[in-house]
Amino acid sequence: MVRLMVDAQAASTGENAAEAFLQGGASLRHAPGPYFGSYGGRWMPESLIAALDELEDTFEKAKADPEFIAQLHELNKNYSGRPSLLTEAKRFSEHAGGARIFLKREDLNHTGSHKINNVLGQALLAKRMGKTRVIAETGAGQHGVASATAAALLGLECVVYMGAEDCRRQALNVARMQLLGATVIPVTNGSQTLKDAINDALRDWVTNVHDTHYLLGTAAGAHPFPAMVRFFHEVIGEEARAQILEQTGRLPDAVCACIGGGSNAIGIFHGFLDDPSVKIFGFEAGGEGVETGRHAATITLGRPGVLHGARSYLMQDEDGQTIESHSISAGLDYPGVGPEHSYLADIGRVSYQPVTDAEAMDAFRLLCRTEGIIPAIESSHALAGALRVGRSLTEGKENPADTIVIVNLSGRGDKDVQTAAEWFDMLDENGQVKGTTLSTRKPKGPQGSAADSSEVQK
Amino acid sequence: MSEQITSKSAAAIDRAHREGRAALIGYLPAGYPDLQSTIDAGIAMARNGADLIEIGIPYSDPVMDGPVIQAATTEAIANGFRVASVFDVVRGITEATDVAVLVMTYWNPVVRMGVDEFSRRLAEAGGAGLITPDLIPDEASEWFAASDKYGLDRVFLVAPSSSPERLAMTVEASRGFVYAVSIMGVTGARAAVSSSAEQLVANTHAAGAKRVCVGLGVSNASHVREIASYADGVIVGSALVAAIRDGGVDAVGQLTKELSVGLQKPAAAATTQEEA
Repeated sequence: MVRLMVDAQAASTGENAAEAFLQGGASLRHAPGPYFGSYGGRWMPESLIAALDELEDTFEKAKADPEFIAQLHELNKNYSGRPSLLTEAKRFSEHAGGARIFLKREDLNHTGSHKINNVLGQALLAKRMGKTRVIAETGAGQHGVASATAAALLGLECVVYMGAEDCRRQALNVARMQLLGATVIPVTNGSQTLKDAINDALRDWVTNVHDTHYLLGTAAGAHPFPAMVRFFHEVIGEEARAQILEQTGRLPDAVCACIGGGSNAIGIFHGFLDDPSVKIFGFEAGGEGVETGRHAATITLGRPGVLHGARSYLMQDEDGQTIESHSISAGLDYPGVGPEHSYLADIGRVSYQPVTDAEAMDAFRLLCRTEGIIPAIESSHALAGALRVGRSLTEGKENPADTIVIVNLSGRGDKDVQTAAEWFDMLDENGQVKGTTLSTRKPKGPQGSAADSSEVQK
Repeated sequence: MSEQITSKSAAAIDRAHREGRAALIGYLPAGYPDLQSTIDAGIAMARNGADLIEIGIPYSDPVMDGPVIQAATTEAIANGFRVASVFDVVRGITEATDVAVLVMTYWNPVVRMGVDEFSRRLAEAGGAGLITPDLIPDEASEWFAASDKYGLDRVFLVAPSSSPERLAMTVEASRGFVYAVSIMGVTGARAAVSSSAEQLVANTHAAGAKRVCVGLGVSNASHVREIASYADGVIVGSALVAAIRDGGVDAVGQLTKELSVGLQKPAAAATTQEEA
């Protein structure tokens, strides 16, 4: 707790530094990498440097090519369904001290999250480089599903690495990826979760780099990934800024997003980085509480190190070994974070705070019941944070509705129904939803019995 | 290659050259199955024909390693391996033999201890330097300073994918030797040595490297013989790790002896090959 207070102090002095930075006329937007302050870079095997150079070159040319931008825009509009809506959450707002909460509806994109923005961009680049195969890592399965989707759309072979433990937790997403034609490889190394899936994807890439693009799913990793993944997600912040101006006539007081690797967050933050009046908050997974050690609050409690190609905050022990992270949300269960976030934390432009599993699940249920929207558990961390921010910004204010907060609702919660049902004690001892096993009818005919006997054979 | 500092690795390779052969370099991870075994196996390698020894630091995220080394290092960490004990292993081998001992490590454990502190302790233990599979010269300014200060070798890697510019830059940055990755991939035994290795060694020599050693996928005497015909040293890893796993220290000594047979060949043939 002492550490948190010290950090808060550092952040408040840093905020002045960030304001001075802005008043000096320098922009925080469009930082090109490879370095963000002392973070970022290329802490990578030499074998992969040529591929990173090729990717950087292809990306820089594509960015400047109107044809590529038009192609991306067309897919965003007619395939993903952009622009995504900005929805005012009126009943939810009542629980945020009366601040007006607006939701940036990335959950309404095709495949159900912001992930599609990045995979379409990178899959187009893979085609431009003449690569025929894409590989990806996935935690909860959202990025894997998005990658499999983009690969199917553009006719690329797709292999997804997924921790064996995550395959078990998210079996439905494994089936979705397979239906989309991807091969899912369960990773049994190490902690069998996201970081180990990235390790195996990197091993695949170094072996097959001649025909394979590594479609990294977050704004982390070696240059050019952090700046490139952010570029493909900047559309979130740009849309949100225009939409809030249109709907309310002014900029918001605060913007909130959840942080795993940090791709949805950097996307929405980017629209507001140069607006000094907008406070920006990133909410990390506090797991069972940062004091328990079982969390994924990388910036809050980590220290700088190098992992997966970038220097950034990192959860590590005294020997520099990566510590296993913990979160109810598989998508935030990562011991690292994108390097641009580390920089924005150090200069105080963004305030990073932990949100526990319990706080996130309370916000999850609240949004379901007040707005009729089932959010991803990842995004529920941002919702919980927004409740906290709303209450704090409206404290003592005569007209709390003058306060406006935007939350990036990065994904929908369909994938999380099983986890939520367990959390809210909705299941019986056999793992069935309570009250759904009362039917006295026998399963029909041969199909039913065939299914039964195949169960027995397993 | 900067040569103002006496390089222990270069001296070991040159000693092998004076005997008319390439150098043999053996790898084992520290603490697998325990620290004393690593020391004993290192000594056994030295007494059976190895000229240099690489001691690996087990790391939680070894992205350049295949299944054999991953399994060994994961077990070492599970058994309580601590990074600082690598210095005890280095000291144990250098005190008992005259081989050069390098540490091979992913970069974060060095960052965590402090690059200067790590370098100081490695030099104190008698270590020759570091091989850094995920540190490229572009990011190595701290390591340049510390390795110069403590007289340590900087062994960077080159790969078949390295551009001519990067080869030249990496050769310039290295001290001791340059580690040529024989194939695009991770560590582990392969049936045949990649044909890309010979070209890479030639290119690296042409870029100015005096000593180029080849590693990745080298697992038997016939591989060693093939590589020794064009490289200054041959690096064997996973095969030795499998040996200590299956047969302990004695098996490591035995395999090293077999591998070193691959180095002995008519000098005339070597000359022809090098000129070609």
